[in-house]
Amino acid sequence: MPDQESLCLGIDVGSVSTNLVLIDDHHNIVYKKYLRTQGQPIPVVQEGLASIEKTYPKMKIQAVGTTGSGRQLAGAIVGADVVKNEITAHAVAACCFQPDVQTVIEIGGQDSKIIILREGVVTDFAMNTVCAAGTGSFLDQQAARLGIPIEDFGEIALRSQNTVRIAGRCTVFAESDMIHKQQVGHSMADILAGLCGAMVRNYMNNVGKGKQIRPPVLFQGGVAANLGMRKALEEELNCPVVVPPAFDVMGALGAALIAKEQVEYSNQLTRFRGFGVSERSFQVDTFICSHCANHCEIVNISIEQELVARWGARCGRWNVKEKNSKYPHSDSAS
Amino acid sequence: MKITFPHMGTAYIPFRALIQGVGYHAVVPPRCTQKTLALGTRHAPESACLPLKINIGNYLEAQQQGAEGILMAGGIGPCRFGFYGTVQKEILQDIGIALEMLIIEPPQQGWSAFINQLSYLTRKVTKGEIAQTLALTWAKFTACDRLEKESLKTRAYEATLGDTSRVLHHSLELVDQASSLQMVRQAVRTGLTSFKAVAKDLDREVLTVGVVGEIYTLLEPFANFYLEERLGELGVIVQRQVWFSEWILHHIVLSAFKKRRNGNLLRLAKPYLTHFVGGHGLETVAHTAAMAKTGADGIIHILPFTCMPEIVAQSILPEVSRDYQIPVLTLVVDEHSAEAGIHTRLEAFVDLLHNHKRAFQKASKGVETFGKKEMYPIA
Repeated sequence: MPDQESLCLGIDVGSVSTNLVLIDDHHNIVYKKYLRTQGQPIPVVQEGLASIEKTYPKMKIQAVGTTGSGRQLAGAIVGADVVKNEITAHAVAACCFQPDVQTVIEIGGQDSKIIILREGVVTDFAMNTVCAAGTGSFLDQQAARLGIPIEDFGEIALRSQNTVRIAGRCTVFAESDMIHKQQVGHSMADILAGLCGAMVRNYMNNVGKGKQIRPPVLFQGGVAANLGMRKALEEELNCPVVVPPAFDVMGALGAALIAKEQVEYSNQLTRFRGFGVSERSFQVDTFICSHCANHCEIVNISIEQELVARWGARCGRWNVKEKNSKYPHSDSAS
Repeated sequence: MKITFPHMGTAYIPFRALIQGVGYHAVVPPRCTQKTLALGTRHAPESACLPLKINIGNYLEAQQQGAEGILMAGGIGPCRFGFYGTVQKEILQDIGIALEMLIIEPPQQGWSAFINQLSYLTRKVTKGEIAQTLALTWAKFTACDRLEKESLKTRAYEATLGDTSRVLHHSLELVDQASSLQMVRQAVRTGLTSFKAVAKDLDREVLTVGVVGEIYTLLEPFANFYLEERLGELGVIVQRQVWFSEWILHHIVLSAFKKRRNGNLLRLAKPYLTHFVGGHGLETVAHTAAMAKTGADGIIHILPFTCMPEIVAQSILPEVSRDYQIPVLTLVVDEHSAEAGIHTRLEAFVDLLHNHKRAFQKASKGVETFGKKEMYPIA
């Protein structure tokens, strides 16, 4: 039982989901929790911590890392040892699962990325910039429109006999094209498979453009659960696409791995505030600094009236001095 | 008459000196903010590139502060910048803003027009005063660039976040206030001394990154989401490859006399791109190769969305990156870009460069690097 053991915690606060992962000394996942963020990162992180505490009341946390678009906020709440961007976190997790990985395709709720690695080192990456077509949110929305549970989306798509071609440049046009194909009388399976194909083409043009995609290819992020997307990717890339068992929490896994390294390397005690955090009250308030024309939006995070973090300023005027860190919230590797 | 001009990094300092030197009142537009961009975006064509939109915002904000005329540069070649002045003039006319626009076309367009425009601008002052003004303006251009260059080196090592930027702003203010060549020189000396005095953490593992691309997005921090400051805070020495003073020297002074511009540099671009494509497209390719040769850890290429010359360069850079084994990150900015997205990419790129550097050093030495435990053996 991992009760007495010391484990490392990784938290990935994304646009759609918030994931928590506990890993042991051998980088094995002993616990994972997938929660919907629903625009409320603080209560969701607190909920996640509370459920960990309930499962393992005596466990000790050795290190904590946060990642995802809400990484700074989550890091401030729990007292993270490492606040890491999601690209690095995904790459680290992918390498841990398959050390010879050369390409990581990650499709999440609102963003998609590609990471190119050679011999365990990231050599190139890209994230979607101008378009969020082909990400989880759109597939969610279409599944809801068609009245099928998102969990069944992929399986239905796999049953397709004659995939129809759907316009994938823009999600609005993709939707109207799908409606048209439905009205012409194509089957649900063919339309869903066509949609997967369109999303993959969009991904390749947007994110994968000009990248040297070589096997082994890992497919991770929430959308990797969709078998139809996986098959469409395999057809497009003409090589097998591996979905790791922990595909939906790879970001959190990466954050936990990096935090573990960092704490072991620096020989410091974790800055984790303890599970009590889940019961304390957090205040977030914002104000606009009028010191110069930049009009930065400053965010204050406090626990029971005590200021614990602040960000948003372009200059150093509002920095909170932190005791244990030379570079507060610094994200550089060293 | 009160004259304004568009912002472009620190160029407001020499521009102010130039306009005041030829006998006008200079109205420096308020610093670029989201409001500036929102104003510009409302009135500019959607598909125009980002600089044009920010320029329009600058004019409108300056007009509220009493500006009556605009000084703008023209241009030749395939880059759309050449039409900026004319298009902006029409936009302002359409929305009923009465601002007189003086567009100075470069002398390559024809010396007589160039001289006519200049003599119109300088009609209030004597030849001696013109010479003095040009000398002071030029001194301020080089002073600003000198100070910025120093700040880029200092920031990567600063022990307290924000110290370097404070010194930079203060010394730029001194340059702005200087009314003689001697005062400019003094301001630079004071600035350089203060940079030396900034508390530094010399143990920090720093990286060197070359920044290349379209000149406006390179020079105007608002347009590039304060790229250089953010990189400095992440422990990166930024080597910006395009400077206003050098641009003037190469593109206006030397090129007007048909002198070869930076031939040695451009030769590096030869295997990939053999001719001028407008803007800094050719230079971007050449600088990337040159930076790789000098041992930079990586390159960041920045361009406004729809910038043709830089799109040409962007399609070539992957090849240069492979040949010289140097990582390249391309950032495309426009009014829809989000600061968080840019910063996530910068952070990830800095991680990539650290790991790349370690892997490379390990491979070349065959032993563990730095004599300490690897941070991310798994990455």
